[in-house]
Amino acid sequence: MPHTKPDLPLLYRQMLRSRLFEEAVRDLWQAGWIPGEMHLGLGEEAICAGIVMQLRRGDAMALDHRGTPPLLMRGIAPDSLLKEFMGAPDGLCGGMGGHMHLFAPEQLTASSGIVGAAGPTAAGFGLAAQQLRPGTVSLAFFGEGAVNQGMLMEAFNLAAVWKLPVLFVCKDNNLAITTASDTVTGGRLADRARGFGLAYFAADGADVEAVWRVADKALRRARRGDGPSFLHFECVHPEGHFLGDPLIQIARQPGDQLKQMAPSLLKAAVRGRGASVGKRVGSLTTISRLVGRTALKEIWGRHDPLAKCRKKMKLDPRQLDAIAAAVKAEIEAVVARATNAA
Amino acid sequence: MPTISFDQAIEAALAQAMAEDARIVILGEDVHTLRRNLFVRFGRDRVRATPISEAAFVGAAVSAAMAGLRPVVEVYMVDFLGVAMDALLNHAAKLTTFSGGRWKAPLVVRAPCGGGYGDGGQHAQSLWGWFSHIPGLNVVVPSNPADAGALMLTALADEGPTLFMEHKLLSEDWLGFLGRGGRDTVSFDVPTDGAHGQGPDFWQPLPLGEAASLRDGDDLVLISVGVGVHRCLQAAEKLAPDGIAAQVIDLRSVAPLDEKAICEAARRTGRVVVVDEDYMRYGLSGEIAAVLMAADIKARFGRVCTAETIPFDRRREEATLPNVSRILARARGIMG
Repeated sequence: MPHTKPDLPLLYRQMLRSRLFEEAVRDLWQAGWIPGEMHLGLGEEAICAGIVMQLRRGDAMALDHRGTPPLLMRGIAPDSLLKEFMGAPDGLCGGMGGHMHLFAPEQLTASSGIVGAAGPTAAGFGLAAQQLRPGTVSLAFFGEGAVNQGMLMEAFNLAAVWKLPVLFVCKDNNLAITTASDTVTGGRLADRARGFGLAYFAADGADVEAVWRVADKALRRARRGDGPSFLHFECVHPEGHFLGDPLIQIARQPGDQLKQMAPSLLKAAVRGRGASVGKRVGSLTTISRLVGRTALKEIWGRHDPLAKCRKKMKLDPRQLDAIAAAVKAEIEAVVARATNAA
Repeated sequence: MPTISFDQAIEAALAQAMAEDARIVILGEDVHTLRRNLFVRFGRDRVRATPISEAAFVGAAVSAAMAGLRPVVEVYMVDFLGVAMDALLNHAAKLTTFSGGRWKAPLVVRAPCGGGYGDGGQHAQSLWGWFSHIPGLNVVVPSNPADAGALMLTALADEGPTLFMEHKLLSEDWLGFLGRGGRDTVSFDVPTDGAHGQGPDFWQPLPLGEAASLRDGDDLVLISVGVGVHRCLQAAEKLAPDGIAAQVIDLRSVAPLDEKAICEAARRTGRVVVVDEDYMRYGLSGEIAAVLMAADIKARFGRVCTAETIPFDRRREEATLPNVSRILARARGIMG
């Protein structure tokens, strides 16, 4: 018997687990335990929990470069994720994949660092679901920066014409790395999704209850064979595109960063043989707006999924403390085990 | 001559060319921030940020070049050119032949490449052999700032499509952006002479397809491109005390390939080791072996390449990519 309303304390606990785990990952990355890039799902907890916690055995997931929260919520051990990020032989993928290339065959979950690649992957998982496991579904997670990739739009079409049980989940923070997405995306996403024949659902991506409700509708549709949906959620990324995001660095240490950038920018602004003064001022304005937008934005504001959920649950503070203490202890133990083993 | 970084050399050469030729435009993701100095000087019409949609904007750059512009189109990493491969494989590379030589696509594709900072096998590939396999594409892989700036002018002046590959260990900007991320808790094996060096006040192009011999030696020749060149120089230094004099050749471009320089060095030394960060099979090292055999040159041959998918774990990544100890072992192996 499926739930008809979300279990908020359960969702909250999963979101908190994901939050504390990713904050620990951030600190370990900062301390040099984890190499390369690190894209976190901080800010996406409600979107992931509201959908992933409704999945059943046999459902599949195609993840983007922010795969940590969905995998944690799908039941992958945090130890194996953290060890993977640290390149350990006993990590989820033997230390061979790293955080952008996470694969869990038992959970039918694949990841890719290629923007938009989740679309075709979810379509294929959906095809296998339709033929081999009727009633199961597949998810594709991607950002709004991916919606201009041909392969993603081609997957929308394939899923629509074959009526595949796919949920295309768009996590929209209106920023494609350092480009404002509305400046490089034509039309409206709702129109685009409907134009491909997808059912369109939208909700506040910081509100896990709202996410759960639209996901419930889309999942029911998909499970009974009525075809794919496009789920559209707004969210924020408090750590930017990835850890060490230059825009965030400028916002946090404007003095240091601007001291480095300003001399060459000013030289470029006055150098002979180039664009008109007006156009140069236009470019400088674009850059300073981008920096200002990042610096001035109250990072979480009303977009913190955890704060929002706490408000809705109206739990006793002691109950909240008990959840927090249990989750904190779990994550601290995970970190201790991984760093001791390394 | 002032000391400049690899990135500054490319930017200086580009700025010089853009000031002289209004047809040169830059297209790519985030170029308003990544190329902010050029964006400010030349304005948004000439430095144009694109959506994340490589198939569209690389494809559009090909036809924009056919119609009179001289686009410099950028992708974040060469790995992502997989998304836009059709534009290069079936269109840019074919145009001259298909049009009976009447139409050209003067296009430069900038693509950061290479590993050595723990980013996983989808973000660490070299792939120059893959592109060089296709007739009709130039593939340039500079190993130092002076060559990078000069070869950028070469690429801009050429009437055909040129893939311009920038190793991320040579590029302070890319390594800072993707590897360091503002941390001082990680370190990288950066070849100092590759990341910084001398650059002229006024840039001149180099001839396309001309290798440089960076060190003389009569006992064997080490042949490479990009970061591999620096690993070869380090290896040659270590072979010297054993009485082994190694020549080091920097090919500078994989296509066209300087077969003359390769054959001369092989004939003279009789021993060849190719050091290639790209995949081993069906690539640069095999091509060089075929060139030598076809020229009837009898030389002992070895290769140090990347044989498998690049592991994420930095220790295993380091062992998978060509490194000095692997080069030394191979070089000593063919001395006997």
